[in-house]
Amino acid sequence: MTNSFHLWLIPALPFVGFLLNALFGRRLPKSAVTGIALLTTAISLVLVANIALQHASFSSPHVERVATWIAAGPLHVDFSFYLDQLTLVMLLVVTGVGFLIHIYSVGYMAHEEGYWRFFAYLNLFMFFMLVLVMAESYLLMFVGWEGVGLASYLLIGFYFQRDSAANAGRKAFVVNRIGDFGFLVAMFLMLKHFGTLDIQNVMQHISAHPELQSGLLTGIALLLVLGATGKSAQIPLYVWLPDAMEGPTPVSALIHAATMVTAGVYMIARSHVLFDRSPTALLMVAFIGAITAFFAATVALVQTDIKRVLAYSTISQLGYMFMGCGVAAYSAAIFHLVTHAFFKALLFLAAGVIIHALGDEQDLRAMGGLRHRMPVTFWTMTAGVFAISGIPPFAGFVSKGVDLYATFVSPHDGKILWALGLVTAFLTSFYMFRLWYLAFWGEPRKAPAETHEHHGRREGPWSMLAPVAVLAILSLVGGWIGWPPALGGTDHFERYLEPVFRTEAPTYEQVSIAMAMGQPAADVSLQPAAPPPDLRTERLLTAIEFLVALSGWFFADLLYRRRRDTIAREDAQTGGVYGLLKNKYSIDELYSAIIVQPLTAFARIVLWRGVEEHLVDGAGNVAAESAQGGGQLVRRIQSGNIRSYAGWLALGAAAFLIVVIYLERF
Amino acid sequence: MHLVLFILFAMLCVGGALNLVLQRHPINSALSLIVVMTSLAVLYLLLGAEFLAAAQVIVYSGAIMVLFVFVIMLLNAGEEDRTGGSRAAYAAGIPGVAALLGILAYVFLSHPRQFGAAHLGGFLVTTSDLSTVLFRDLLLPFELTSVLILVAILGAVVLARKEY
Amino acid sequence: MGNSVPIACYLGLAAVLFCIGISAFLIKRNIITIFMSIELMLNAVNLTFVAFAHEWHQLSGQIFVFFVMVVAAAEAAVGLAIIIAIFRSRETLNVDQINLMKS
Repeated sequence: MTNSFHLWLIPALPFVGFLLNALFGRRLPKSAVTGIALLTTAISLVLVANIALQHASFSSPHVERVATWIAAGPLHVDFSFYLDQLTLVMLLVVTGVGFLIHIYSVGYMAHEEGYWRFFAYLNLFMFFMLVLVMAESYLLMFVGWEGVGLASYLLIGFYFQRDSAANAGRKAFVVNRIGDFGFLVAMFLMLKHFGTLDIQNVMQHISAHPELQSGLLTGIALLLVLGATGKSAQIPLYVWLPDAMEGPTPVSALIHAATMVTAGVYMIARSHVLFDRSPTALLMVAFIGAITAFFAATVALVQTDIKRVLAYSTISQLGYMFMGCGVAAYSAAIFHLVTHAFFKALLFLAAGVIIHALGDEQDLRAMGGLRHRMPVTFWTMTAGVFAISGIPPFAGFVSKGVDLYATFVSPHDGKILWALGLVTAFLTSFYMFRLWYLAFWGEPRKAPAETHEHHGRREGPWSMLAPVAVLAILSLVGGWIGWPPALGGTDHFERYLEPVFRTEAPTYEQVSIAMAMGQPAADVSLQPAAPPPDLRTERLLTAIEFLVALSGWFFADLLYRRRRDTIAREDAQTGGVYGLLKNKYSIDELYSAIIVQPLTAFARIVLWRGVEEHLVDGAGNVAAESAQGGGQLVRRIQSGNIRSYAGWLALGAAAFLIVVIYLERF
Repeated sequence: MHLVLFILFAMLCVGGALNLVLQRHPINSALSLIVVMTSLAVLYLLLGAEFLAAAQVIVYSGAIMVLFVFVIMLLNAGEEDRTGGSRAAYAAGIPGVAALLGILAYVFLSHPRQFGAAHLGGFLVTTSDLSTVLFRDLLLPFELTSVLILVAILGAVVLARKEY
Repeated sequence: MGNSVPIACYLGLAAVLFCIGISAFLIKRNIITIFMSIELMLNAVNLTFVAFAHEWHQLSGQIFVFFVMVVAAAEAAVGLAIIIAIFRSRETLNVDQINLMKS
């Protein structure tokens, strides 16, 4: 490309914002802090929009090299940024939703002591996320990966005086680290076998060498998946996300719904060439996604904290994205990523409005009847609930539909995965409508005197309501860009992303078919692509999904609107299935017993007492004591007695003489 | 002849030395030391060092030992009393001495042929030879030794003075 | 035959005298006697020097002995002066009792 887009400006601006707010924010007036934070993000957004308008589709990906980073022998990594359609989609989501949430935070965090700190961290997060998305090399992506983990830790533990918040931050960081380990080892393997860490070079290398063992590729892919499960909160590393709700609600919206948690999905999509060559890994991804989706949905059924419901819902929806990747329907997964960013951020922000208005009340059992007192929130949140449940024509219906259809037609256990996805869709619809009914319908359970009324209008400041409204609109129309042909649309989204995911190497289907027939993967030549989509099946499946969503609504209505005592009965149930779900299957306790306790015991007993006290301190003590003891011993020679001096003299002279004579001789 | 003289005076030396060790009264030790010195002077003569033999008798036996005897008498040193010594002296000293003797014996006696033999009159050094070297090549050390002696005199006078 | 004595005998004699001197140094308790044993050791060394001078037909051995004698004389004078001074303060010539560092 001839002209440079100055891609480096896009992450650099939020970084400048971070520096200014971190260094000077404490002393600046609140308006200055706000101005710095919003301006830097807004300019990044404008730049991204500019690029998007200029290049509606790329003929070829655009690479910009900013500087050399590492040039050491065979390892060569640059600070370079990569721009293609996928990157552009992610950039739009990150900067767009990010900017909206920045505006929202102005209102939400207005009374906080650490206002400047919050915006500094938020900008830091934007910087790292943008680096992650635009990185051309896995190493640079890892920098962004770790960085967003750091920002997440800082923001989860924002109310650091609270023990629970500090612990949650630490838990998030540690669990992420386990995933990062997988990512790191994958990078080592890539470096060793491919000699490069640049994403495109790695992909080309894999394409050019069809004889590469699927064992190695599966290994690398699975390690990358470990990293992705850490970041995107899938089984087994999802445990940090519910606890992360200790952070302020804008943080939950931005980081734990729209952007950071999607990094894992993005990474898998980016590495699709690698994954295409390893059917085992893809199958793992699909099943992890499906099982996580189902599992998280079941836990969400009985949660009473509004943010916890949304957290488990996020885990569940991320499972859908993983499932989409797992059947090599990458553009479907990214589509769901985009729509999910819209409606999940919307749901979190709207929940935040409620929490803010009720004076930091998060328990659903204390809410009720809010639809009269908070109309804007009611309508916007309704849009979000409809979207996530898959009611047409909202965004979730389209993206979930595309995702599930791709799963259905997959030749590898596609039907099983689809069935899981369908059940999860029912549960999703059910618990979201449950939330909807408990919060907005029925009699108000919280006394009106406790509501928060300093804004004049009782709902909240415009800075909080405007972004919510924008997101609501996006939740409605966001899916229309990917309306599938089966239902009469032209799937712009998939066609836009097609150049990214098209590959000249054998595709997943081709490799798995060849392997099923006993051919080695190397012999797979370019065969004709899979048969064209079956429109009738797709329409049928879509209809089934719609019915399932409606039935979820129906049951929720039955249990939570027509009957008033359901929530009280839920509370009373502690045993059996209810107990299991309420305790989140006791997974946290399981991890604690299996992993955390032994590790802490090990650290305390072996490392602290054993190594630290005995070895390290001991070595120091031994050295000191031996010096002292040696000194005591040697001191006896200085007795003041002439005769003992004489004796030692004689001995010394003899020794000296022996040494000299024998040195002469030999 | 040479051999007889050597054996005779060597025995005298060793006898005197042993007597020095074995006597309890220091004056007896001093007198046996004089015997040793004089015998050594004869041995120097046998080895052809005339001047040194004379110097040995005059300086060592005649001056130094006399000094010793004066001091013994001045201080009225009596017989030695047996006091407990230090164990280190025996513990470290005896092995040291033994080792020393052993190694010297080994060095000197292992190859008796690499050392030659001393003949009577084989290498005679006259006083004039000695003085030529002293006053020509080693004049500076010679003068320094005279300074050394001066310092020693002064030191002895100062140290032994009675404090009033 | 009786006219020559192997140099090794002279050297051996000197070694024996030296070792007797060290033993006296270690065994004796009177400080003057100890001092005398030092003189004995010096004499043994002198004998060695003269013997080697005779063997290699070089003067320097005897020159060295000359200087040793001078230094021994000076040392004897000063050493005895010190002993007198010590005797004046301690009233004893026993080495074991002249011990400033007695604990």
